[in-house]
Parts: sequence; structure tokens; C-alpha cells
Amino acid sequence: MLKDITIGQYFPGDSVIHRLDARFKIVFSILAAAMLFTAQNFIGLGIAAVFIIMCYAVSGIRFRMILKSLKPIVPLIIFTGVLNLFFIKGEEILLSWWIITIHTDGLRTSAFMVVRIITLITGMSLLTYTSSPIMLTDAIESLLSPLKKLRFPVHELAMMMMIALRFIPLLIEETDKIMMAQKARGANLDAKGLIKKAKALIPILIPLFISAFKRANELAMAMECRCYRGGEGRTRLKKLKASILDFLAFGLILCVFGIIIANNFAF
Amino acid sequence: MTAIETKKLSYKYGIGTPFEIKAVDDISLTVEKGSFLGIIGHTGSGKSTLIQHLNGLLKPTHGEILINERNIWTKEVNIRSIRFEVGLVFQYSEHQLFEETVFRDIAFGPKNIGLSEEEIKARVMRAAQAMGVHENWLSRSPFDLSGGQKRRVALAGVIAMEPQILVLDEPAAGLDPYGRDKVLTKIKEYHENSGITILLVSHSMEDIVKYADKVIVMNKGGLFLYEKTDKVFSHADEIVEIGLDVPQITRLARLLKARGIDIGDDIYTVERAKARILELLGKAKK
Repeated sequence: MLKDITIGQYFPGDSVIHRLDARFKIVFSILAAAMLFTAQNFIGLGIAAVFIIMCYAVSGIRFRMILKSLKPIVPLIIFTGVLNLFFIKGEEILLSWWIITIHTDGLRTSAFMVVRIITLITGMSLLTYTSSPIMLTDAIESLLSPLKKLRFPVHELAMMMMIALRFIPLLIEETDKIMMAQKARGANLDAKGLIKKAKALIPILIPLFISAFKRANELAMAMECRCYRGGEGRTRLKKLKASILDFLAFGLILCVFGIIIANNFAF
Repeated sequence: MTAIETKKLSYKYGIGTPFEIKAVDDISLTVEKGSFLGIIGHTGSGKSTLIQHLNGLLKPTHGEILINERNIWTKEVNIRSIRFEVGLVFQYSEHQLFEETVFRDIAFGPKNIGLSEEEIKARVMRAAQAMGVHENWLSRSPFDLSGGQKRRVALAGVIAMEPQILVLDEPAAGLDPYGRDKVLTKIKEYHENSGITILLVSHSMEDIVKYADKVIVMNKGGLFLYEKTDKVFSHADEIVEIGLDVPQITRLARLLKARGIDIGDDIYTVERAKARILELLGKAKK
């Protein structure tokens, strides 16, 4: 059923990583990505990978979740792997059969790319696994706040994201209900053929849109009743606060980054 | 003749996840053709899950369901045809309206059956009349109607399929007292005129006992009580114990009984209470 879909991959917890300030976590994720692209050899990549796996261990997120986060990008991994394998040419030929030749350099680059993508996605997923969507939107708003000077509607953007996230489960539930109701009236939802399929969606989409607009209207009214007027001068219930922990983590990441850069020059 | 029979029916949500819940637990019951059955229970007692089994929207995890003495989950039965035999009206049914005109919305069900134009028209007219949907609303948009009117249009949309069994989940929920009465009386009238089987799910004991001739009380997914309406309140203590309400007048009768004035265990309407009290007073005078 539609209900079984989960949106947002937040796993509540109380680990050190969960307690880090979400703003710092976003910066850390960007740094980790930069780290992965700075690493020029397997040793550097290995250091970064071990670091990310250690973060997972500390966060208490099960390693099975790494596989889950990789699932959607399997095609990309295969595509990158195969492409590099066949099209990178070097001096040494590893294997030659019919029109296929695989060079040692090709194999190396391909493996390097695949490991890089996997560690990248794994690292990024840790961010969404350990920070709630609300924490993330708050953090994005705070990080983008310098753009306010350029009249970019940062607060409005964050508010929109937050409302959207809040309403997704409701809309899913509603779709489920409407589908049931129309099925009970004999609607044939598994009709074959494009036009028939599109037609079968009308009895579901129209009530869904109507209720979504109604909800939006009511929400806007309720916000206005409480004198909501945008971001200026608005205070928060939960303030993002940087602690020593965040700076320590920052230092640690910079250390790892440094090691990787040093490693590039050493080999 | 039995219209509905369930044998050891159970249903679990979220099998294989940490959130597995048994919503319906081992329910066996039979419903006679032509009866008006009330189903009552707390939120989460499994009422809604149970009724979604009756037209095959949910497939039981265990057990069987027989509609008109036919097991609906066998290969020979097309589950879509069961939906036309058992009309199911959901809570807040006005949310299912989508067509441009009231007429076309009511016609959606009959059209899905694949009836001829004339038959569809005849059925829409009959259903509209049965639910008190005014003839000059038929060409209007359903979204221009009031809440209670929309609700009756939605009900007509299911009734127009002319099912032999009609299942209604809280048809009066969220309506004002006038809309409430209107919807429920129309349903009762329709039951009397058509002789079909009706199952009415409600939170309100007063509504149930006013219209139903048999009552099912559900608790925690199981069948707690299945009795003729007259006999339900001889179990009043148990009903109160699981946290359901009994009608005000029944409460009065029980208080009187506790003080030594027994006017009977089958009091759930003011009229009957009045008759009994007058009877007792008459006796006392003599």
C-alpha cells in the first residue's frame, strides 16, 4: 500500500553525530565530498572511507542502511564502472578478446570511480540519517542567510520546504483513502493502455487537488490568524547552537583532510 | 438466507515491519439478508478494517468471507463484481466527489458496471430521490453544495449501483444535527423500501440503536458483543466497562434500577421509557 512508503530517512538517536549542529553537519558533508575528490590515490580514498565508516559506527546507524542508501544509484555505479573499464586506455594491456581490450589503467580508474561514488553517497546519507528534516531546513535557512542581503527569500524558501515535508504523509494517506473510495465505486485503477490509465486517474486526482488546495487555504488562514508575517525579527523555539563538540568535529575533519592532501604529495 | 458470513477472519497491518498490528482478530459472524446491523466500537477497534473486507478492498490475512454464500477470494470470483454487490460508503464520503455535475458523479458507479445509458439514468434518478438529492441540483457542480448535501450526493453515488448489501462508515460524522437526522432517516427509509441489507458503522450508540435491529460491539479487533438491539443493554455494564457510552435514557433506567425501580433492561428510547414508567405508576396507584 501507499502507506508503506517512508519519506525522509531520519533515524532518531542520541549519538555524538546526532547531537552535532545541523549547520555544521551540512558543512562537514561538503568537506567530506571535497575530501573524496581531492584524494588522488587509493590510500587517500581508503582513509576517507574508513573515516566515514567510523562515523557510521559512532552514530549507531546500522550498516545495513548503507546498502539501502546505495540501492537507487546502482545503475549509475554500473554505468560509471563499465564506461571507465572499457574506454580508459593505458600502456599495459590486461586482457584482450575479440574487440574488447581492457587496460590495467582502465581497471584501476574504474575501481577508483566506483569506490569514490559509493563513499560519497554513503557519506551524504549519514547527514539525512542523523538530522531530522526540520533541523535540516533550519540549518539551510541559517546557512543561506547571507543571501538575504541580495533579497533572496531565504526564510520563505525554508518555510515552504518545511510545509511540504509536513504535508507529504498527509497527502499519501489522503490518496490512499480516495483510491479506496473510488475502487469501492468500481473504478478500474489497473486499466491497461495510456489513455485509459490517465482517465482512471481523474477520479483520484481531482478530489486530491481539491483537498490539497483546501488544506493550503486553511493553513494560510491559520498562519495569518497568528500574525505570521515572514522571517524578519522572527525568533525560534529551538535555536541551533554550536558547541565545543562541533568545533572538535570540525578540527577532526580538517585533520583528515590534511592527511589526504599530504598523502597526495607523498605518493 | 445469509448475506454476509465471515469465518475466523483476521487481518494484520504492516506484516514483517516493527509496526505489525492485528487490526481484526478472529471474527466469525453471520448477517441475515435484509437486516439493519449497527457496528459500534472505539477508534482503532477494527470496525473500519472489518468493513473494508466485505467488498474485497482488503484481503484477510486469515479466514474466509462469504458474500451471498459465495467465498469471494476464490479464482472464480471477479473481485470487482463484489464491489457492485456490496456498496461501501467511506467516512467523509463527500471527499470522493470529482465530476462536473452531480448527475455525472452519481452515474460514475453505474457506468463502471457497464450499464446502458437509459439504465444509468433511471438508476441515478432513483438513487437521487432515495437520498433526497433535489432534481435541480443534478446539473450543478457537486462542489457548490453544502456539506450535508454533498454527503447525500456521495451516498447516492453508491446507492445508484443498487448493491444488495450497503455498508456505511459513519455516514453522519461531522454533520450538523439537521444534516445528521436527514441522512440517517433517508438511509432508514431506503432500507425499508428496498429491503437490502445495511451495515451502519457509528461512534454514537444513540444513532445505532435508533435505526439498527441488531448490534455488533467491537473491542480491540475482536467481536465483543453481537445481539438484537433489545437485548444489547442487558450487557450495559460490560459496554460501559470497555469505555463505550450507552444512551442517556438507558443510563437513567440503570440509575433507577440501582434505586430499586426496575423499568427493564431494554430501554434505549425515551418513548419506551415513558411507557414503562407510566405503566409502573399506574400499577403503583392501584
